[in-house]
Amino acid sequence: MNAAMIGPMATPTTDVIQGTLDLLILKTLSLEPMHGFGIARRIEQVSRDVFKVNPGSLLTALQRLERDGMLDAAWRTTANSRRAKYYSLTRAGRKRLDAEAADWRRRSAAVSRLLGAEG
Amino acid sequence: MTLVRRLIRGLQALARPERADADLTDEISHYLDLTAEAHVARGLSAEAARRAARAELGNPLALREEVRASGWEHAWETMVLDIRFALRRLRTAPAFTATAVATVAIGIGASTAVFSALNPVLIEPLPFPHASRLVTLEDRNTRGAPMAATLGTYEELNARTRSFEALAAADVWRPGLSESGDPERLEGQRVTASYFEVFGAQPIAGRGFSAPDDRPGAPNLAIVSEGLAERRFGGTRSVVGRQIKLDGDPYTIIGVMPRGFANVLSPATEVWSTLRERATGDFGSREWGHHYELVGRLKPAASVEEASREVLALGRAPTPDFPRPPWANLETGLLVRPLQQTVAASARPALLAVGAAVLVLLGIACVNVVNLLLARGSQRGGEFALRVALGAGRRRLLRQVLTEGLVLAGTGGTLGLIVAQLGVHGLLAASPPGLPRRDAIRLDTPVFLFALVLAVLVGLVAGLVPALGVPRADVLQRSTRRMTVGRKGVRSTLVVAEISLALVLLVSAGLLFRSIHGLITVAPGFDPTNVVTLQVVESGHEFDSDQARLQFLDQVLEAVRGLPGVTSAAFTSQLPLSGEVDGYGFETATRPATAPGAAEDGSALRYAVTPGYFPAMGIPVLRGRALDASDRAGAPPTVVINEGLARELFGNRDPIGQRLRFGPEMGSDRPWREVVGVVGDVRHYSLAVAAPNAFYVASGQWGWVDNAQTLVVRATGPISTLVPSLKRTILSVNPNVPIPRVETMDGFIAATAGDRRFALLVIETFALAALLLAAVGLYGIVSGGVTERTREIGIRTALGATPGNVVGQVVGRALALTLAGAAVGVGGGLVASRLLASMLFGVSGLDPLTYGAVILLLVAVALLAAWEPARRAAGVSPSIALRAE
Repeated sequence: MNAAMIGPMATPTTDVIQGTLDLLILKTLSLEPMHGFGIARRIEQVSRDVFKVNPGSLLTALQRLERDGMLDAAWRTTANSRRAKYYSLTRAGRKRLDAEAADWRRRSAAVSRLLGAEG
Repeated sequence: MTLVRRLIRGLQALARPERADADLTDEISHYLDLTAEAHVARGLSAEAARRAARAELGNPLALREEVRASGWEHAWETMVLDIRFALRRLRTAPAFTATAVATVAIGIGASTAVFSALNPVLIEPLPFPHASRLVTLEDRNTRGAPMAATLGTYEELNARTRSFEALAAADVWRPGLSESGDPERLEGQRVTASYFEVFGAQPIAGRGFSAPDDRPGAPNLAIVSEGLAERRFGGTRSVVGRQIKLDGDPYTIIGVMPRGFANVLSPATEVWSTLRERATGDFGSREWGHHYELVGRLKPAASVEEASREVLALGRAPTPDFPRPPWANLETGLLVRPLQQTVAASARPALLAVGAAVLVLLGIACVNVVNLLLARGSQRGGEFALRVALGAGRRRLLRQVLTEGLVLAGTGGTLGLIVAQLGVHGLLAASPPGLPRRDAIRLDTPVFLFALVLAVLVGLVAGLVPALGVPRADVLQRSTRRMTVGRKGVRSTLVVAEISLALVLLVSAGLLFRSIHGLITVAPGFDPTNVVTLQVVESGHEFDSDQARLQFLDQVLEAVRGLPGVTSAAFTSQLPLSGEVDGYGFETATRPATAPGAAEDGSALRYAVTPGYFPAMGIPVLRGRALDASDRAGAPPTVVINEGLARELFGNRDPIGQRLRFGPEMGSDRPWREVVGVVGDVRHYSLAVAAPNAFYVASGQWGWVDNAQTLVVRATGPISTLVPSLKRTILSVNPNVPIPRVETMDGFIAATAGDRRFALLVIETFALAALLLAAVGLYGIVSGGVTERTREIGIRTALGATPGNVVGQVVGRALALTLAGAAVGVGGGLVASRLLASMLFGVSGLDPLTYGAVILLLVAVALLAAWEPARRAAGVSPSIALRAE
């Protein structure tokens, strides 16, 4: 069930690293409220298609974050008059984003330093 | 906050699953549409874009399940689903389900009921603070058996021991209450001031006793139980400070003990007063009698062993400050043991026997359920194979089978609680009179927990064993036939186990039955036919003088002897088999108590009787004469002794005319008693215990006249009709005497087998249940065997086998299983009979009659169980062999 969904596209893609999906979702939603597909598309675009978002993982993460009070969800009508579930960041979500982003920067800096030293 | 939100969302999803599903479905289809649109934007045709989007997302239904499965409520939903599936499956096989559930219900119900009786006595600590520090202290007689201590011993222990925080002594007290209602004899205790302190118990109203209340000459104070306060004095609040009359004396009630106070030494007690006695140098006084129960609370640091050592050392080192009479010289040491052990001592063998029996029954029930499930599992082999082939995960299948076992056990367990409730009623009704903590026997929280744990265990066993039959993915390559054959070997073994366990229970029941039969046919030494006894208590000041007491006895006897149907009547100070024990040491003129080693000469039971006691009880006079009217107060003292004592003291010499002194008379300047007669031995303690030494003196010729007396009446015919007129006659002589006990001698004889009867009744019930279960198991396997081999039987018939051959084969198989089970069971029976040893009487644990009868019974039941399958087998038509499977 958690097997990677390899997309039909030819570009080389990577599954989102375990544990970072939450961070990416929170960051994406910090700009504006968005629906699930929008979030996935934004992550893929900004990462220049390095990351490929698995819809199952995304929807599961959204449900969990919503239940955890990080996100609010509401049904809204889109521009082309379709019903879509829009997610927005709550205050708790913003706090979590700050904490996780700081944590991530610390870790990735450490990893970069290690790789640099090796090279 | 987060947790609450998670909980609420989960519950919302549970409450309206269709709404949660619809939400997700909408979201997913929206996602799908947008993905497709994105593909269109890249130049794919609408159709191709749609396909690509589907490929990217996968099956929307599976996606929905994946997301939904992440919530906690999903585990719950799966469980509900599994349970519903299990219930549906069980419903499709009603005969199997009913048998299995009934088996589990019997097993769990019986175990739970027995546990409810064992728990408060043997397992649960007594309901006192730091109950493990409570101990009893008992003196020992010359043979080392425990007996009540004297007050002198209590005083010495109290002054000299260091291991105890507090020590207390209690004496039986049965005061007559003649106030606001019928005269009534109360169960009571006279205690030292420390009594309640030792137990750590507080009154719910008023106060407890304090040290000054227990000094000689202190005023009459009483503490009553909550029950008595409500029953007789209209509530606990108003009763404190009230004056009541006990035995004609005014007592002031100073406190009320709550119902929750478990007075385990004397559970029926309703009133307490202080002892206000001190042991003096006068060994003839009642303070030097063995009738005080001693209970102590150890200091937190002291262990039972340390206290035991201290008391033993103290016993060997007498000091002049505490003189000791020969019968309380503490030379044989004192017995210090936990209060719980003392309380449980009498009931322990019976309870343990019943506990072991119920374990065996539970074992049989488990084996039976497993057997049923296996039989069913072999039918389900195909189903499992199919489901595995269709892609069901092995883990999912296992979970389902396990759920089925748990549902079975849960249903059985719930029904088992009803069985347990009935069982508790049955146990209480059948329980021997001495069963301690009777009031604590009920279905309470620990008992419910026990039943729950048991149900889960049975469920795991019932679920896991068939789970072993869940096939691996490669099952389709294997021959299912081979699997069933292998499984049948296991099932045969299980049936053999069941039969052997049933044999253990049947043998136990048989041995107990033979013991009881042996007991009630023991010659008690008296003739119980048509003898009724009434205990009367001469209470109040009108009986202060011995003269008044003797006069009352004479008047009652005269009136009773005039009643139609009465052949003889007499009074005695103690009655055989009644539980009363009153014994004294003795000395002969040739071997006085002061002679070296004379203290070990032992003691004899004292019966102070009126003339006519021997004919009334039917005790034969073997030599000399019975006591008669000439043996009155003031006349030269005489005594009649039993055969055993005569032989022990005088051997072949003629006992008549020999001289003896007893108890308080020993070493004094009182005249010697002349032996005037010898009577037959009488079993006093129990029918199972050999007759003790005994001596009989005239009521008027002892140091005091006992105030509790038992009237013994022998009649020409049935005595039940006589009792009311006997009571009327006694009350017409004096309307104030309570009559606390009315019992026939036959009744006492029946009661002496009470413990065994209790164990027998319970084990007998279990044994019958076990027999039934074993028969069901046997029937199941024999019948299943016939069904599986229908074709083979058909072929054999076609080849010329007669119905006799076929029947012989089926019955032979049942008999082989039964005999194998019996062979194993005999070994178990030998172990069981050793455990039962203390309850057996007059029958060997190897009794061939019992074993033989039980094996015959099993064989008969086996034939019965094989009857229907054998008939079916004989009726198999040869043509069946031609039909395809």
